[in-house]
Amino acid sequence: MEPKKIGCYICTGCGIGDALDLKALKAIATKEQKIPVVKDHALLCGSEGVAMIQKDLDDGTVNAVIIAACSHREKSAEFRFDIDLMERVDLRDKGIWLLDVKEGDETAEEDRQMMAEDYLRLGSVKMKKMDIPSPFLHSEGSKDVLVVGGGLAGLTAARDIAKAGYNAVLVEKSDTLGGKMNSMLKVTPDNLPPYRDMADNFIGALISEVEADNRIKIFKNATVTKTSGQPGQFDLIIKNASSTKEIRVGSIVVATGFDLYDPAKLPANLGYGSSPDVVTSAEFEKMAKEGKIVRKSDGQPAKRVAFALCAGQRDKEHLDYCSGACCIYSMKQAMYVIDQFGIDASTYLIYQEIRTPGQMEDFYRAAQEKGAVFIKGDVTGVSGQAKGGVAVQVNDHLMRGKESLEVDLLVLATGMVSTVDTTDPNVASPVGTGRDELPGSILNLQYRQGPSLPRLGASGFPDSHFICFPYETRRTGIYVAGPARRPMGIAATMTDASGAALKAIQAVEAVAQGVAVHPRSGDLSFPSYRAEGCTQCKRCTEECPFGAINEDDKGNPLFNPARCRRCSTCMGACPAKVISFANYSVDMISTMIKEIEIPEEDEEKPRILVFACTNDAVPALDMMGRLRSPISPYIRIIPLRCMGSLSLVWIADAMSKGFDGVLLMGCRHGDDYQCHNVRGSALAENRLSKVSETLQRLKLESNRVKMVEVNIMDAETLPGVIGSFVEQISNLNPNPYKGF
Amino acid sequence: MADAHAAGQTILVVGGGISGLTTAVEAAETGYNVLLVEKDPHLGGRVAQHNKYFPKLCSPTCGLEINYQRIKNNPRIRYLTLAEVEEISGSEGNYTVRIRKNPRFVTEACTGCGDCSAVCTTEVPDPFNFGMNQVKAIRNNHAMAFPSWYYMDPEFAKTEAAKTVAKSCPVGAIQPDMEATIIEEQVAAVVWATGWKPYDAEKIRPYGFGQYANVTTNMRFERLANVYGPTSGKIVRPSDGKEAKKVAFIQCAGSRDHNYLPFCSRVCCLASMKQAAYVRDQYPDSEVTIFYIDLRAMDRYEAFLQKTRDDAGISWMKSKPARIEEDANGNPVVIGENTLTGERYALPFDLVVLATGMEPHSAVDAKVPFAGASQDDYGFVTGGVLAAGCAAMPTDVASSVQSATAMAMKAIHAAVKRG
Repeated sequence: MEPKKIGCYICTGCGIGDALDLKALKAIATKEQKIPVVKDHALLCGSEGVAMIQKDLDDGTVNAVIIAACSHREKSAEFRFDIDLMERVDLRDKGIWLLDVKEGDETAEEDRQMMAEDYLRLGSVKMKKMDIPSPFLHSEGSKDVLVVGGGLAGLTAARDIAKAGYNAVLVEKSDTLGGKMNSMLKVTPDNLPPYRDMADNFIGALISEVEADNRIKIFKNATVTKTSGQPGQFDLIIKNASSTKEIRVGSIVVATGFDLYDPAKLPANLGYGSSPDVVTSAEFEKMAKEGKIVRKSDGQPAKRVAFALCAGQRDKEHLDYCSGACCIYSMKQAMYVIDQFGIDASTYLIYQEIRTPGQMEDFYRAAQEKGAVFIKGDVTGVSGQAKGGVAVQVNDHLMRGKESLEVDLLVLATGMVSTVDTTDPNVASPVGTGRDELPGSILNLQYRQGPSLPRLGASGFPDSHFICFPYETRRTGIYVAGPARRPMGIAATMTDASGAALKAIQAVEAVAQGVAVHPRSGDLSFPSYRAEGCTQCKRCTEECPFGAINEDDKGNPLFNPARCRRCSTCMGACPAKVISFANYSVDMISTMIKEIEIPEEDEEKPRILVFACTNDAVPALDMMGRLRSPISPYIRIIPLRCMGSLSLVWIADAMSKGFDGVLLMGCRHGDDYQCHNVRGSALAENRLSKVSETLQRLKLESNRVKMVEVNIMDAETLPGVIGSFVEQISNLNPNPYKGF
Repeated sequence: MADAHAAGQTILVVGGGISGLTTAVEAAETGYNVLLVEKDPHLGGRVAQHNKYFPKLCSPTCGLEINYQRIKNNPRIRYLTLAEVEEISGSEGNYTVRIRKNPRFVTEACTGCGDCSAVCTTEVPDPFNFGMNQVKAIRNNHAMAFPSWYYMDPEFAKTEAAKTVAKSCPVGAIQPDMEATIIEEQVAAVVWATGWKPYDAEKIRPYGFGQYANVTTNMRFERLANVYGPTSGKIVRPSDGKEAKKVAFIQCAGSRDHNYLPFCSRVCCLASMKQAAYVRDQYPDSEVTIFYIDLRAMDRYEAFLQKTRDDAGISWMKSKPARIEEDANGNPVVIGENTLTGERYALPFDLVVLATGMEPHSAVDAKVPFAGASQDDYGFVTGGVLAAGCAAMPTDVASSVQSATAMAMKAIHAAVKRG
């Protein structure tokens, strides 16, 4: 590797030059930090400034660039150079814009200069400690995609993957493709007009399309008994009755659909099992498909049919959620009855709330116009009748009180239960809603953290808790689609499957380039460790939010870089400090902490270190700068990739160095977490619970270290949070370690 | 301009809201070139105006920030702001599009320092806050706006004062004589992601929006609750600035109604529950009433409904109110019949929030300018080009992202066919 030739370019625009002593600043870079090339420009982001940097790069004077100007969030297009090493030092947004300096106030001016000089030091040592990340590449990687489940979601995903030019491996556990769609007579409109009419079942055409596509390899009667490796190199064992196949794929779509809630568990008042004329929606659909809309008791035509919606749903004792599709589905079934028996048909939909969102309101209207009767109420009891059929007792909420409906059939709209095992190795009570037992693992992942796809939210579904990123899972390169992920109807399932298929091909492309996927898309760095220092404590393998690290027989970590999202939680977890990234390490941040100048005690200039999560806290601090919302000049900010990367060593370093306090700004955690890496900030808080030991050892007060949750929109309240911490620290004696 | 082969692989995404941003970054991170066209000065679209998302009550800015970072880091994405697609011709795999780039009057050299805004003395009603306050005629919408370049109102640009303001710029980025330009591009796929606008509440005459100061709408309420809104996040009555502690939310205001919007906008029930939480969080002694037809907390959102129900400060009235009147104290009075009990009511509130629905931009001011395009009766795009998010159907953020990711896939299919 070519030796690092660092150039430091200082912008004096946007008031930087007016506020700061440029000569002194440059001296820090040249004399103190020994940066060989140090230049300044009045408008570094302008074409002249950029050309000045480009020239130094072109003629080989410089191959690593420090830009000391505005926040790294600004002017990224201007400062996009084709180089491997770049560092932005923020003298503006989180620098001079965060300080309120009155003209002629020499103390304040001095404080401002000290702050800028410290930030330049931080950028310089960081650059010196940074190595060029080389991508994790694998010559025998695969870009094929495994799709598990041959129902609507799986077929759609496989077809879309193939149409995009990739190979798909479709594994279906039964002997037929099509899944639950096979039993459907008609389908609800596919979000395309006319929304009023039922549509023909199209699953046959989709199956034919998939079967005819030579990019799709289909395994029926088959299951995935083992998945090992990582994105780009997932090694599968696919088994059916007669054979075992070993196949390598690059990424995975899980589209195993849903099970219906066990009707035997339904509340007794719904009468399932009490009469053959009480059936589930699925049973009724099958009857309709076979052309037998009849009473099961005696085979007489079922012209009078009641539908009990939300059967065992929206009910804390059963499924506490809504399946989202049953209202529309039941209306469709009422239409079957009406279409078959015409004027003789009577259909009743007994509902809590009718949920026909979007254009499906038209379908609701059509059902009403066709003569379906909607009753807002509860089914309080069901009794079989000697003449066949059942009497359904209804408590009608709309003033009509209790009534009894004599019908030929009562159809119960039972809900969807995910087929995915969502055990979270770090959360007790892994059984998802609606199940007594865990579903069997679909992929049988050979991961240290277990074979499951850990849930992200509170439900039993592996649905992401990111509103903005619904496809995220905690297992990189594995995406769940359709009702396996979240309860949904036909149109949404197709959309969902297309989206998951996109994520799957995106993952194989990212792996092929050796870069990270969301949220640090494009990041080349990945963790490695120094084996001789490892104590086999297993914290890294346990804490990784993405299950990226396996263990060897001795308990040493085995990193799977393609599973890694580069959050650096492992690095923060490691008490032996042996895990690092080429451009991010415990040593790097430690060195940065030690590089900050701590004034002598008698100067009465305390120093407070802020570790700020780069995802939410750093933008919030930038926003404070834009709003010129001043904070104490004693603050020094070091951005962290994620609070999960917090090493307790840094707290000790800061205290030994003489910092008077440390404030940590991480994202919200818990059920409504906002941590981009799911568990980073929660783990950091957990680690911090042990920091008092460190402080006690140093004989320092425990309230010198504080962690706060910072939201990206907290620019208005953050100055107060910082202010009160500064006040709290200034009420303590100065850190006695200053000057040691 | 990219070379011919690359141009054939370019995906045009129209609309820079959450759907368009998603299609753009997902397609680009899969290896395709994207041209993202946004008609406003900044990306972010409708969600950028939202205070919080349901059900997590987190800030939309957080997710937008990740997407902006992904755009900044990805040279495959080009984006144009203040730009509109005027004409599309050709067919899937091979479209020619004409784009009008309206003047910003500020070049990309802008550093976001804000000197111009400080100097400018002309103020205009703030469109970002639905005109509820005045802002400088040169500005950016909020501190997190992306791109962070300032922009100038076109009317102001014509004035002499604009020239004075231009002189204040330390980098010479302000150009009041900037003119619109026309760009032509070849693209393989077009994804229409133009989103929605709030239905015009003045059309719902019985509810008196526009007539009574203390009848507002859900989108205005988002700005009212936002720290960068017209009241810095203080929930107060527009008429007298009094704390709004007794607040009514009227669901389906103009929705599910043939006189206005016949469809359901899907999000309004949940949005009102979220907004009820804003009121309850700000004033512990507040009382919120939600008037509804059906509570549509689909699938997993049921938990959010349960959480809202657990708050004793929120009461529920199954009723579509007949009308709103104003009493002598300026309190809006909601009048109607309780559907469950048959009782009539006339209830006064400090503030009434109309949960108005989504009107697709594609129905009114962003029709697909392509002969082969089709739409449904309500103006949602159904064919000819790909449609993502609320250009295809009224839906929430997570479903918009789902749809937008799917449309990235469909766009890639078109590009592959072409390539």
